[in-house]
Amino acid sequence: MNTAIASVGLGPYLFVSAALLVLGVFGIFLNRKNIIVLLMSMELILLSANLNLVAFSSAHGDLSGQVMVLFVLTIAAAEAAIGLAIVTVYFRNRGSIQVEDVTMMKG
Amino acid sequence: MSVTVFNWTVALPEIVLALSGIVILVAGVLQRKGEGFFPAAILSLPAFLVCGFLVVLSPSGAGYAGTFVNDGFARFMKVLILAGGFVAVALSVSYRTADRRPLPFETPVLMLFSTLGAMLMASSANLMTLFVGLELSSLSIYILCALERDNVLSSEAGMKYFILGSLASGLLLYGISLVYGYAGTMEYAGLVDAVRAAAMPPMGLVVGIVFIVVGLCFKLSAVPFHMWTPDVYQGAPTPVTAYMAGAPKFAAFALFLRVMAGPFGSVAPRWQILVEAVSVLSMVYGAFAAIPQTNIKRLMAYSSIGHMGYAMMGLAAASTAGTQATLIYLAAYFVMNAGVFAGITAMRRNGREVNSIADLAGLGRSDPAMALALAVFMFSMVGAPPLAGFFGKFMVFAAAWQSGLYVLVCIGALSSIVGAYYYLRVVKVMYFDAPAHALDRPAPSLLFVSGGMGVATVVFAVVLGPIMSVAHQAALALAG
Repeated sequence: MNTAIASVGLGPYLFVSAALLVLGVFGIFLNRKNIIVLLMSMELILLSANLNLVAFSSAHGDLSGQVMVLFVLTIAAAEAAIGLAIVTVYFRNRGSIQVEDVTMMKG
Repeated sequence: MSVTVFNWTVALPEIVLALSGIVILVAGVLQRKGEGFFPAAILSLPAFLVCGFLVVLSPSGAGYAGTFVNDGFARFMKVLILAGGFVAVALSVSYRTADRRPLPFETPVLMLFSTLGAMLMASSANLMTLFVGLELSSLSIYILCALERDNVLSSEAGMKYFILGSLASGLLLYGISLVYGYAGTMEYAGLVDAVRAAAMPPMGLVVGIVFIVVGLCFKLSAVPFHMWTPDVYQGAPTPVTAYMAGAPKFAAFALFLRVMAGPFGSVAPRWQILVEAVSVLSMVYGAFAAIPQTNIKRLMAYSSIGHMGYAMMGLAAASTAGTQATLIYLAAYFVMNAGVFAGITAMRRNGREVNSIADLAGLGRSDPAMALALAVFMFSMVGAPPLAGFFGKFMVFAAAWQSGLYVLVCIGALSSIVGAYYYLRVVKVMYFDAPAHALDRPAPSLLFVSGGMGVATVVFAVVLGPIMSVAHQAALALAG
C-alpha cells in the first residue's frame, strides 16, 4: 500500500464513493423535475465508480484500475454529449424537458 | 497469458469492421445531403459479410496482453451478432420515415459500430474490454433510437433508453470497481483464482457480482429490469427495433455466459437461484403482459422479454449442456425474430407505417406469401414442432431437467402455453378476421429477409446436427 492511501486507509474512499453512488441513484429515482438533473446524477454514478477504481488501484499497487479510469472518463464524455443531444432533439419535438412530460407511450 | 503477447490477428474481424465503419462514415459525409443512406447501407452489407467470413476463419487464442480472447464460443456468438447486424441494415434499406424520407446515412454506420462493440463483448477476457465493448454498443443504440429526429415518439424512446441504459451501465461499472477491488485483478483468469482461493468469497466481491448481473439483466431486458423495453421498441424506428431485439441481446448473453461460466463458475450455487428467479419472472411476465397489447412492436417487446427468460433457463442449468442449449435457443430466436421484424417493417398502407395488429387483418388473402411467412414465425415462437423455436425450447427444457430444475421446466412449459394465445391471435387476425384495406406491396429487401428467415425456420431441423456440434464445441471452449 503506498503512502498517500496508507495515511487515511481505504475505508473513507469507499465510503465517499458509496455515498456518491447513493446520491446518483436517488437523484435519478426521486427527481421529478428536470431531465438535466438526471444527466448530472448519471455523472455522479460514474464518478463514484472512478473513485473506487483509483482507490483500489492505489491500494493494490496495480495500474490497471487507473487505466480503466481513463477509459471511463472518455466514455462519460461521449455519454454526456449523446445525452445532451437527445435532450435537445426531444425539446424541439415536445417543447418541454420536464420528467413528468416524458409519457407519450405507456402500457 | 503473458503481458508481452500482442497477437493482433485474433482481433482481425473487429479491426476490419472498425476500419470499414470509418470508411463508410467518410463516404456518407461526402454524399449530397439526404442522399447518403443508400450508398452507406450498400457498403455496410458486404462489410458484415466479409467480417463474418473472417470470424469463421479467425484463429483461436488470446491477444492484447490477455484482454481479448477468441475461441469457439466467441466465434459462434460473433457470427450470430454479425447476422443480426446484417439483417437490421437490410431491413433499413427500404424503410421510410413518417415524412417519406430514408433514414439518415449514419444508421448503417451506427449499427456497424454497435455490432463492433457487441463483438468486443463476446471476446472480452478482462472487465475493461467488457465495459468498453458494452458502452460502444449501447451508446450507438441510444443515438439509433432517437434517429428519427422529427418524430416525438422516436426521441422519447431515445431519451428513455438513454436514461435507464446509462443508469444500468453506471451500476455495472460500480460492480466492476468492487470486483476489481476485492479480487485485485480485472482479468477473468485472475478472477477465477481469486474466487476459488477463498472458501467464502468476500462480501464486496459478492456485491460486485450482483451489480454486474443487474447491469447485464438490464441489457437483456429481463424482468425486473425490463421496464424500458416496450416503450423503446415501440418508439424506435422499426429497423432499429429489429436491431435491438437481435445483436445486443446475443452480446449480453455472450457476456453473461462468459462471466458466469468462467470466473464465477465455481460459485454457481450462489448465483444459480438468482438466474432462476429472473428466468421465471421473465417467462411469466412476457406471457401475461403481452395478452392485452394491440401494437405489434409492443407485442414483440414482451415476446422478447419472454424469450430471454427461456434462454436464461440454459444458463440457470449451469452445465455444458445448458450453455449449448442457450446457444441453440439464441440461434433459433434469431431466425424467427428477424423474420417477424421483416414482416413488421413491411406493414405500410399508402406509404405510411402502421403498427397495429388489427392492420394485419385479411393479409392471408391480400398477400398470401407474407402471411404464410408470418404464420410460420408465429408458430415457431410458440414452439410448435418441427420449426426452429421448438428445438430451442426443447433443448433448454432438457438441459434444465437434467440439472434437476423441475419447477423451472414446468413453469416454462405452462408460460409457453399462455404465450401461444397471443402468437396465435396474430395468425387468427391474418386469416380469419374481416379484411382491412390491403397493405402496400413489400419491398424486395424485405421479401428477401422474410423469405430467407422463413426457409431457415422451416429447415432448422435439417441443419440441427451441425449447429448442435458447433454449439457443443463452443460450450466446451467456454467451460475449459
